[in-house]
Amino acid sequence: MDLQFSSDDLAFQDEVRSFLKENLPASVLDRSDRGLHPLKDDIVAWQKTLHKKGWIAPNWPVKHGGTGWSLTQKYIYNREYFLTGAPQTIAFGLNMVGPVIYTFGTQKQKDKYLTDILQSNVWWCQGYSEPGAGSDLASLRTRAVRDGDDYVVNGQKIWTSWAQYADMMFCLVRTDPDVKQQEGISFLLIDMTSPGIEVRPIIGLDGEHSLNEVFFDDVRVPAENLIGEENKGWTYAKFLLGNERNTIARVSRSQYQLKRLKEVARAERRGAGHLIEDTDFRRRIARIETDLMALEAMELRYLSQDIAGKKLMAEPSVLKIRGAEIAQAIKTLTVEALGPYGMVYESEDQLTMRNDGPLGPEYAHGAMADHLYQRAATIYGGTNEIQRNIIAKLILR
Amino acid sequence: MNFELSGEQQMLKDSVERFVQDNYEFAKRKDLAGSALGYSDSHWAVFAEMGWLMLPFAEENGGLGGSAVDMGVVTEALGAGMTLEPLVPSVLLGGKLVEALGGAAQKDNILSAVAGGQLKLALAYGEPHARFDLNYVEATAVKSGNKYVLNGRKSVVLQAASADKIVVIARTSGDAADTSGISAFLIDADTTGLLKQDYPMVDGQRASDLWLQDVQAELLGAEGAAFAALQSVIDGAICAVCSEAVGAMGRVLEMTKDYTATRNQFGKAISDNQVVQHRLVDMFTVLEESKAITDMTTMRLAEGAQNTSALVSAMKAKVGEAARFVGAQGVQLHGGIGMTDEYPIGHYFKRLMAIDVMFGDSAHHLNRYAEGIATGANS
Ligand SMILES: Cc1cc2nc3c(=O)[nH]c(=O)nc-3n(C[C@H](O)[C@H](O)[C@H](O)COP(=O)(O)OP(=O)(O)OC[C@H]3O[C@@H](n4cnc5c(N)ncnc54)[C@H](O)[C@@H]3O)c2cc1C
Repeated sequence: MDLQFSSDDLAFQDEVRSFLKENLPASVLDRSDRGLHPLKDDIVAWQKTLHKKGWIAPNWPVKHGGTGWSLTQKYIYNREYFLTGAPQTIAFGLNMVGPVIYTFGTQKQKDKYLTDILQSNVWWCQGYSEPGAGSDLASLRTRAVRDGDDYVVNGQKIWTSWAQYADMMFCLVRTDPDVKQQEGISFLLIDMTSPGIEVRPIIGLDGEHSLNEVFFDDVRVPAENLIGEENKGWTYAKFLLGNERNTIARVSRSQYQLKRLKEVARAERRGAGHLIEDTDFRRRIARIETDLMALEAMELRYLSQDIAGKKLMAEPSVLKIRGAEIAQAIKTLTVEALGPYGMVYESEDQLTMRNDGPLGPEYAHGAMADHLYQRAATIYGGTNEIQRNIIAKLILR
Repeated sequence: MNFELSGEQQMLKDSVERFVQDNYEFAKRKDLAGSALGYSDSHWAVFAEMGWLMLPFAEENGGLGGSAVDMGVVTEALGAGMTLEPLVPSVLLGGKLVEALGGAAQKDNILSAVAGGQLKLALAYGEPHARFDLNYVEATAVKSGNKYVLNGRKSVVLQAASADKIVVIARTSGDAADTSGISAFLIDADTTGLLKQDYPMVDGQRASDLWLQDVQAELLGAEGAAFAALQSVIDGAICAVCSEAVGAMGRVLEMTKDYTATRNQFGKAISDNQVVQHRLVDMFTVLEESKAITDMTTMRLAEGAQNTSALVSAMKAKVGEAARFVGAQGVQLHGGIGMTDEYPIGHYFKRLMAIDVMFGDSAHHLNRYAEGIATGANS
């Protein structure tokens, strides 16, 4: 066992760090620092910058536009990326559907979609969840019926993040209602401009619009947009979920946000002094920081097992549970650091409309916005309860 | 010893619950929270008519002489509906401080109008540098003739936007952290030199930051001696909001129990999973603790116990933590729908979080209690 990176790895780390620092636009960093979602145009432009550098898709195979980095290098890149404070790249195309297409897609599909994903020309959204199918995703009912060269899709998706921006959706649909649930699901790529699609906003408890409902009314989808085989969609969906391993623990993002929390605690006054001088508050930061150190150590240990070729089972679930809990703890404590201003909040639209802002310290608004949004961290991508069920089933039985 | 309500208290509870049921359907609350005023003046008139605004004032001041327990009965029922009217700021903060400190003429002029709902008060005590410490007051007051001139900043003043008069805490002598030298003043909300920034809070209630620039003010009580009264008024308000939290947590538990019993995943109700049942039990347990410690503390206050600060801090620390836990688990067990603005559970989460912060969060009160261990005050 040793913890040293090779000198090549260290040189690589320097290169990554300086490139990101020099190229991340200040406005993008500022929103990310505050805890606000990136603006669409900003994140697209930033992704295009990364693409030009050749770093947009470290996990992709070289022949499809990946970097060819070692697992260690990928780890270093991810870490440096989030320690810069950069917002996460939009995962739907790059981390989710892209790998599905290059792994299971036809040559025609690869030619048609992969370049646009790498270049961030097309915005994808994820059409999995339905009103009746959340944790129990396999019970989904949105129906696709083959009719000539098309599928005709009817049904509804919900909680579709950023569908309002999306050009395309990768969608799980039911193609056979008469077999075991998992065996009648197909994976379709759907053009969001197709007639019969309606996107309705859902406003979150942060007062912001990231979620949507998507309705399908006799939407015709060319059969060539089917991924792989009909009724094999569940396999591809599971493959996709397994692809999240690298960022699932969000260690470096949390490290960065912990640093921000300390800055807030240094800025916040308490009487003649500052909040950071309060031993009790520092202990609470320390508690989270030690949790985070253990999480980082776990992540590294699993990485080393991965490198050694050991097959991991439910370990990503362990990382997801603790990663989400720690991210929430940081956000909760950041809002608590605001003292009485930790009660104050209005949505970004309202805030930018007033001419007497900000409300309280300027970092207060985003801290609350992110705190509210991050309540979802233990819900999306498989709830923490479901992750625990997975660990119990795969490791402890 | 008796934790049961009297017949009168039961009637009071029933009447508040009926009001909430008739007027605080969730969609209506949402509209009200989004309106310009942020609450309803016609509801406010009902509060006055029903005597809820009179309840905590002594009979000689035109009140009903109700106890902290009576007030808790009202706010617990209001808390279940997350009502928006400024009962706490106007009556329990502003009104009670005027009652504690004001001279006969001041009380005459103000309290019957507050109790009747015609006059609304707010209490400006917090400051940007004070965090939750009541004694930390930088705003200054200087005597000039028979008036005082106030300067400084006040922050997160509950419901100041619609108040007619504001009770302002400022320093007439001493250093910023001294408990002596703190005085209370009355100002008109539209007085010259007062600048207000009005805004919504995360729970839909309203608050303001104030900038005071040579504002003319009238002294309440003796100069430099307002701290003890301020603290005891805040302690009373803490009891009231803890009762509100109990009411709100009760609703969260009920809604979550109902939701998890009717939401099916994997071919069965979510609450058929033992882990979900245990989570509900944990929520129930902290709710029971909160209800009991709030009732106990409120009774102690009603009995006129001495040194109530430690008791109040113990209660607030427990209830604040419970409020956060119950609110967060309510959201969690609802899944995606818990994250929406359209559905009530997220609003209860935000209200409960605000109650934890209000008048000092659980960490603050735990520390305040711990200080009492060091000094032997609560050995
Ligand atoms: C902010 C946000 C963004 C999202 N983005 C997307 C997106 O882009 N695309 C998409 O398809 N979906 C998205 N989702 C949906 C997300 O994947 C689902 O919310 C999630 O799978 C949970 O499903 P549900 O909301 O129906 O909750 P439910 O499955 O109804 O669960 C409710 C509660 O019951 C618990 N529970 C359920 N079953 C069990 C069990 N067997 N044992 C113990 N506990 C159980 C859950 O843990 C949860 O606490 C998003 C959700 C959120 C909140």
